[in-house]
Amino acid sequence: MQYSDKVMEHFTHPRNVGEMPDADASGTVGNAKCGDIMQIFLKVENDVIVDVSFKTFGCGAAIATSSMATELIKGKTLKEALQLTNRAVVEALEGLPPVKIHCSVLAEEAIRSAIADYYRKNGREIDFPLESALHEDEH
Amino acid sequence: MDKRFVYADNAATTPVSQAVVDAMMPCFTDAWGNPSSIHQKGRQAAELLRGARQSVAQSLGCRAEEIYFTSSGSEADSWAVKGAAFYMRRRLGRRRIVTSTIEHHAVLNACAALEREGFEVIRVGVDEMGCVRMDELAAAVNTDTALVAVMYANNEIGTLQPVAQIARIAHEAGALMFTDAVQAVGAVPINLESLPVDMLSLSGHKIHAPKGVGALFIRRGVSIDNLIDGGGQERRRRGGTENVAFAVALARALADAVEALPDMERVVELRDRLIRSLCAIPYSRLNGDPHNRLPGNCNISFSCIEGESMLLWLDMAGICASTGSACSSDSLDPSHVLLAIGVPHEQAHGSLRLSISHETTEEDVSYILEQVPAIVERLRAMSPLWENGHPVQTKQETECKVKYAIQ
Repeated sequence: MQYSDKVMEHFTHPRNVGEMPDADASGTVGNAKCGDIMQIFLKVENDVIVDVSFKTFGCGAAIATSSMATELIKGKTLKEALQLTNRAVVEALEGLPPVKIHCSVLAEEAIRSAIADYYRKNGREIDFPLESALHEDEH
Repeated sequence: MDKRFVYADNAATTPVSQAVVDAMMPCFTDAWGNPSSIHQKGRQAAELLRGARQSVAQSLGCRAEEIYFTSSGSEADSWAVKGAAFYMRRRLGRRRIVTSTIEHHAVLNACAALEREGFEVIRVGVDEMGCVRMDELAAAVNTDTALVAVMYANNEIGTLQPVAQIARIAHEAGALMFTDAVQAVGAVPINLESLPVDMLSLSGHKIHAPKGVGALFIRRGVSIDNLIDGGGQERRRRGGTENVAFAVALARALADAVEALPDMERVVELRDRLIRSLCAIPYSRLNGDPHNRLPGNCNISFSCIEGESMLLWLDMAGICASTGSACSSDSLDPSHVLLAIGVPHEQAHGSLRLSISHETTEEDVSYILEQVPAIVERLRAMSPLWENGHPVQTKQETECKVKYAIQ
């Protein structure tokens, strides 16, 4: 199994890593039993993600996808962030080994979960699915 | 310390030693004949093969005619398990196989294949040290038992099993006893004159011979079915033109390993230094038995981090190691061995196996001990399971999302 240079670059120098004490919302997906947990923190102003950070327990791909996903949604509106697919994360990382695609799904769902938390805290209806649209046959 | 290359994955494979290369090279350049041929080239190859068989037998304390060369440890395992099972069922009507939950996949999957053929497989559990539960094993072995298959030493956690005692239980019930000794041969003293097993497997590439060669010891008088039918090679029990070069390599490697056994005391000291120092890292645990384990095996779990991430950082530092985490394989489950000894899933994901050898130096160990704590700290700092120097309590774990499993 071989990771792309981009994956290794994000693994060794993860962007936006760490807890955000003044976060407006956060979302956690995955579980320790399966070997990966991603937690995303958001700072939101006028529906724009002005800051984002993550904490991840998991393999190299889990850490790299978290890092890349935070980069891709920083400065975007919540609506734009919800358009982010796992595939876009994989492409931005110049590919992932097939057994690691689920990490990109987890990253997409961590963002969805964090935005859902923001909606909940602001009394807004959660009008989007929490799960990735990725189907098994797309693997 | 300056960056250095440290190979600490000897349980996976070992480099081929120069002595082994030197021993096998003439088999390619000069003694390339088919040992079955009657002419001079054949006789020359046959003579080398005979010498190799004699040497392996001497290293293990058995007779030359009890050694059968195979293509790998896995082939030897598969042959022993399936060959014994089919023979015993046909001749004696016995259809039970007793094995352990922590066997290598070569044995576990051979047993699973037999289950599909109508055999009954009993997988005996192990205690928290990884030692087979002897009361369960004794209860499982009965007069319907064809074979008892328990490994000599575990490949992941290094626990040594009471093989002689298990063999006596098997024999009292009239069953055959096989031990997979792939990890043990060359690491601990083994004498087949006194060890009462019927079959024992070994592999070349764990002891500085090339990949692609192994051997099965079958005690004189013990019958099992063939796995590979063919010509009259290997006393008509294993078809295929003999790989003389690799048989010679295995013989040389084994003789060297046996000769170097006294040096294992030094390896044990290095191992214990690794274990002591790494266990001093907060929220770590040693997997396996602290004393009754392979000289070169150190397997430790670090809470709140995942093994593959550790391996990637170690690799960048020049250190080769391995993990029982699912993330280093294509399955969602971590090591069956770690789960069998009761390591929780999340800690099994954070396991690190360092397997050292007689080539490992004090400086290598110092370098590992310098690198690992920093890597553990770095990964814990970004783990959502870790907060202010301690693990955070997580909610009850649910099942893994199998739908993301990749074929």
